[in-house]
Amino acid sequence: MATTRILEGLGRFYIVLLLAFLYLPIILMAAMSFNASPFYQLPFEWTTDWYASLWQNDQLIAATWNSIEIAIITTLISTVLGSMASLALYRHEFRGKKFLQALLFPPIAIPWLITGTAMLIFFFGVGIGRGLIAILLGHVALALPYVIVVVSARLQTFAPELEEAARSLGANQWQVTMRVTLPWIMPGVIAGGLFAFAVSFDQFVVSYFLSTPGQTTLPVEIYAAIRKGFTPEINAVSTIIIVVSMALMLLTARFFKFGGEK
Amino acid sequence: MAHQLAIGSRRGLRPALPLLLPAYLWLTVAIFLPLSAMAFFSFMTDLPLAGKEWSFTLGNYAAFFSQSVYSTLLIASLRLGLEVTLWCVVIGYPAAYVLAKVLKGRSREAIFLLVILPFWSNGLVRIFSWAMVLREGGILDTALNAVLPFKINIDLMYSYPAVIIGLVHSYVPYMVLTCYLTLQAIDDSLIEAGRSLGASRRQVLWRVIIPLSMPGLIAGAALIFVPVVGSFMEPRILGGRTGTFYGTVIEDQFVAVFNWPLGAALSFILLAVVLIILALAAPVLRRAA
Repeated sequence: MATTRILEGLGRFYIVLLLAFLYLPIILMAAMSFNASPFYQLPFEWTTDWYASLWQNDQLIAATWNSIEIAIITTLISTVLGSMASLALYRHEFRGKKFLQALLFPPIAIPWLITGTAMLIFFFGVGIGRGLIAILLGHVALALPYVIVVVSARLQTFAPELEEAARSLGANQWQVTMRVTLPWIMPGVIAGGLFAFAVSFDQFVVSYFLSTPGQTTLPVEIYAAIRKGFTPEINAVSTIIIVVSMALMLLTARFFKFGGEK
Repeated sequence: MAHQLAIGSRRGLRPALPLLLPAYLWLTVAIFLPLSAMAFFSFMTDLPLAGKEWSFTLGNYAAFFSQSVYSTLLIASLRLGLEVTLWCVVIGYPAAYVLAKVLKGRSREAIFLLVILPFWSNGLVRIFSWAMVLREGGILDTALNAVLPFKINIDLMYSYPAVIIGLVHSYVPYMVLTCYLTLQAIDDSLIEAGRSLGASRRQVLWRVIIPLSMPGLIAGAALIFVPVVGSFMEPRILGGRTGTFYGTVIEDQFVAVFNWPLGAALSFILLAVVLIILALAAPVLRRAA
């Protein structure tokens, strides 16, 4: 019993170390956005100048909005389409099902560098060209398999007898789906949606190859800025994004239990 | 009754189509057609756009085999992927275990959220924020020299370890997430049963917990290995001059040199290698699962 307690204590301590590793650079980045030195020099001198100058940077603000819009649209489309496909794959037996499931693999398995450059060539060839539409097309395709995998994993824990029972009690297909199946797989749907948002919002590689000047996302804009020389302005915009997304995430967590809790 | 029977019958592709078609059409337009176009393109001498002259050639692939620089860089990228994946397992798996089996209730939820949250921050900025930690005169350097009685110079910036640290930091949440999902699905009574039948902690870990959580480990490893092999932004920023990998060469073909056909051929060779490795791993993983 005593050993158990010591091991559990060590485990907790380990989690603290991991969190330190994950957050140290992020906290540092946030701190530097309030530091007066443009070269990140210490001693620390408080300022909010970098945030003020952010509002003058129209390019960065436009790119931020593009990123948010694309992430939201990607989440909506891929969560709906992905959950539908998961249900179909779960419920129906047909020839070629294994093949369809295998087809989900390439978008995950192929490095984004390859997918991104392939999209660039294809979209260029068919006349869609580069820009926000191309980026959205790409992001949804990248997010879809993640949603299907996560929702399907959740469906594996679902007892098909529940659907049978509901049906034998007179519920039609729509009612069965909406009132029996969907509530059960909701944690998976939410987790899939969060995945989709993260895939899109964090996506740099595919956006990078598909963007044009004026039609970019935040990561692409930041990459360009880094190559010109990193400025505390970038720290400032990143800090805002992190605070907003954390608030969003915590809000989501208030309403749904996700992470596969039974 | 007839209506119910029709719904109840779940054979054949037709009833599944309306639910399946939207997702798969999207994947076709945005993934499969582009990949086919790229395959086609890798055998061309020039862009077939804007009325340029072009013909079919094997020259782009010949370039890979005749110049050892490409294969050397490919091996370096594969090694990078392997090292980062191993570090993510070593760091992420114990954390997932503690999350799933030690922490309970609210603190588990809160910490799970904290581990996943960095996903939502920008990957690029996370990579660059390490520059501030790692560079000479950066935070790590200053902090260590304040504590240690002797003077040391920490200048990891623009080195191979810097690239590893940045990539592990970026991808370890994947491993924690996938392992956590499989670990928390393991019934505690299985572990208790093993213990009460006389198995040591270590035996329970190796014979019960790890085999049962194998799907999560594998999924996490695949989610990490693949993007790392194709990474180019992280080595560019943290590796500096030592950060030339296979991915950065492909990027150059598309954004700097504008030799798209060569880029397409190099991409396809990378694709083949990744698929071979995943295919080799698949049976092992299936048996493990």
